[in-house]
Amino acid sequence: MKQTGSQILCESLLKEGVDTIFGYPGGQVLPLYHTLTDFPALRHILVRHEQGAVHAADAYARVTGKAGVCLATSGPGATNLVTGLANAHIDSVPVVAITGQVPLNMIGRDAFQEADITGITLPVTKHNFLVMDVNELARTIKEAFYIATSGRPGPVLVDLPRDIQQATGEFHYPTRLNLPGYKPNKIGNPLQIKKAASLIAEASKPVIIAGHGVRISRAYQELKSLAEITDIPVVTTLLGVSSFPETHRLSFGMIGMHGLAWGNMAITSADLVIAIGMRFDDRATGKISSFAPNAKIIHIDIDPAEVGKNIKVDIPIVGDVKTVLGELNKEIQPGNHQQWIDTIQTWKKDYPSGYDIRDTESVLPQYVIRQIWEKTANQATVVTGVGQHQMFAALHYFYDKPNSFITSGGLGTMGFELPAALGAQTGLPGETVWCIAGDGSFQMTVQELGTITQENAPVKIAILNNGYLGMVRQWQELFYDRNYSATPLWCPDFIKIAEAYCIPAINVTRKSEVGSAIEKAMAVDGPFIINFVVEPEENVYPMVPPGAGINQILHEPRKEDR
Amino acid sequence: MAANKHTIVALVANRPGVLNRMASLFRRRGFNIDSIAVGHSETPNLSRMTIVADGTTTQVEQIRKQVEKIIDVIRVQDITSQNIVSRELALIKVKATADNRSEIMQIVDIFRAKIVDVSADSVMVEATGDEEKIDSLYNLLKPFGIKEMTRTGRIAMPRGEQLLRKFEN
Repeated sequence: MKQTGSQILCESLLKEGVDTIFGYPGGQVLPLYHTLTDFPALRHILVRHEQGAVHAADAYARVTGKAGVCLATSGPGATNLVTGLANAHIDSVPVVAITGQVPLNMIGRDAFQEADITGITLPVTKHNFLVMDVNELARTIKEAFYIATSGRPGPVLVDLPRDIQQATGEFHYPTRLNLPGYKPNKIGNPLQIKKAASLIAEASKPVIIAGHGVRISRAYQELKSLAEITDIPVVTTLLGVSSFPETHRLSFGMIGMHGLAWGNMAITSADLVIAIGMRFDDRATGKISSFAPNAKIIHIDIDPAEVGKNIKVDIPIVGDVKTVLGELNKEIQPGNHQQWIDTIQTWKKDYPSGYDIRDTESVLPQYVIRQIWEKTANQATVVTGVGQHQMFAALHYFYDKPNSFITSGGLGTMGFELPAALGAQTGLPGETVWCIAGDGSFQMTVQELGTITQENAPVKIAILNNGYLGMVRQWQELFYDRNYSATPLWCPDFIKIAEAYCIPAINVTRKSEVGSAIEKAMAVDGPFIINFVVEPEENVYPMVPPGAGINQILHEPRKEDR
Repeated sequence: MAANKHTIVALVANRPGVLNRMASLFRRRGFNIDSIAVGHSETPNLSRMTIVADGTTTQVEQIRKQVEKIIDVIRVQDITSQNIVSRELALIKVKATADNRSEIMQIVDIFRAKIVDVSADSVMVEATGDEEKIDSLYNLLKPFGIKEMTRTGRIAMPRGEQLLRKFEN
C-alpha cells in the first residue's frame, strides 16, 4: 500500500523507538502535523520557541540515552534550532532534528520562509540531509538515527520539503545500512590497552580524569572498577560530573577553571593522567603548556580526531569508553596509592576551597544548592543554564546518582536550563528534576514555562536571582576594574510571571527560609518556582584566570579582607 | 615545524554538497586551501578530490582526521611524503602577432604544450604538468602579454601499487 511521506516518516520514527517529539508547527510542516494525529504513540510536546524544542530533545537524549527528536517548520522555525544544534554538537548529544522545507520546485528561489538550513547547519551538525525523493525517506531516517546515536554521538538534521511529505511511496524500512564512509570503531587496540595497563602499574602519582564520554557510554561501573582496583583518584570535567560517585573516597570532584584546588594541583603534580572520554577543553586544561607537565597521558576516546587535537598524548586508545575500560580492567593489576591520596588530602586542608561557605543571614547561592542536595538526598537530576548558578550547582550538589547533572558544557548556552529541565523530566517521568536557573539565563527561555504548565511537568525551578549577569559581573570585578558594563539586570516579578503561567511560586530572601521553601516545592505535585534573592556580588571560587595554568588558583578572599 | 604544502586526496560520495562540506571544514578549522580539484573516480558514484593546503604535519594530520569524520568521505590520505605523480592543466591565452607567433610556438614545443586555438591577435596554449613546469611556461610567455589564464589546480595519485581504496563492507 502506498503511503505519504508524512506517514513514512512517522512509521520510521516508530521503528526507531521514538515516543516523544518536541516541536512547533508551521506552514511547511502542515502535512506532517496533519498526519501526526494518526500516530498517538508519537507524543508531541508543543514548545514555545524552537530553541526550546531542541534543548528539550537534547536533555531528553542525555537522560535516556536515546536520540532526542525535535521538529520545526522551514525558514525561521529551522534557524531557531541552530543554537540548540550547536549545543548538542559540541556536547556530543544524539539529536535528530526534522525541519520542513519549501517544495522542491521553490528551493533556491527565496520563497516565503525558505532558508538553506542544510547549508546553515553544516558546521554544527554531525551530518545533515535534504530529502529529494520520497523513496529515499525511510532510508534517510534510518541513517540519521544511526549516525546520531553511534560512534561519537551528535545532532543530525533532516530537511523535508513539503511536497515530499505529500508524495506517496511504498514504506520499506531498510534492515541494512550502507554508509561506506562511516564505520565507527568501538573496540580499542589490544596492544595499546596492554601498554596503558603497564603504564598504570608503573605510576606513583596517577590521576583519572573522567569526562562526558563515561556518561555517554554508560561506563560508570567500569570506571569505578578501574579506580578501585588500581586505587587511583578520580577527578571530572564539568560534563564528567556525575560519572563517578562524589561521596567515594577516591572522588576529588571537578577540575578546571572553577575546579577544586586540590584536583587542579593533583593534575599538575601527576606522573600519569588517564583521560577518559574527554576532549581537553581549555576550560578544563587551563594553559596547555602547564597542564600536567610531568605526566604521561593515556587518552581514551571514540573520536580519533580528538587524539592529539589539543594535547600531545602518549598512549591513545580509540574506542568506546565502556568497551575499552572493560578490556583495560582485565589487564590492570591491583595498586595502592595511599601516599599520593594522602598528599591530595593535605592540599584539601591547606587550600581553601569553594566548599567553604561563610555564615551569613543573607541567602548564599552555594547554601541554596547545598540545601537542595540535602533535601533531595542525592536523588535529583539537576539541570542548569550557564553562569555562576551553573558552577555553584556543579560544585555544591554532591552527585552520586549516575548521569544526574545536565548542563550546557561546550557551547555554554544561556537559556538551556528551562527547556532542558522539561526534556529531562519528560525522559524521567516520576523522578525529581531540579532546574537551577540564573535570573539572566532564565529570562532567555522563560516562555517555556508555558510548555511546562501545558504538560504539567513537575519540574522544580530554583532561580538564583542576584540582579546581575553574575558570571560576567564576576569577570568585570576581577579583570575589568569593577566596571559593571551592562551586567546589572532588571528582573520582572518572577512570582507574577509564575502566576501568569499558573505555576505556584514563592520568594525567599532569608537563609532561614531556604530549607522549608525547598520542602514546600517538593511537596507540590507539579511544577514549582522558588525565586531565591541571593547575595548580589557572591563569586564563584576557586577560579583560574583565563589563560593561566590550572594550578594558578584565585581563592576566595579571607573574611577580614572582604 | 615549518608550514609547507600538503597534498591530500579523498574519495568521496558523489552527492550534492560534498564539496561544500569539505571546503567548509577547512575554513572552519582555519586552513587555507591552495587548490581543490574534483572529478569522477574509477568507481561509479564516487568522486576523487585533490586538495592542496598549507600547514605543519601535525595540523594537517588533525585536518585529515576531521575530514575523515565527514560521513560522505569514504577515504582520505595525506600523500605528500609518498612517491606521487601530480599534474595540473592550464589554458593560457597569449597575445600573438604574425611576427612573434613562431617564437611562441617554439616555447610551447619545448614544454610539450599545445596550441589549441589561434586568432588574429592571440593564441591559446594548453599545458599539463606539475605546477613548476606551468609556472616556467607562464613566465616565458609573460613578455608576449597574457590575455587570460585558467589553471585546474593539482590532481595527484601515488605511483605503483599504492591505492586509495574504499573500505570493504
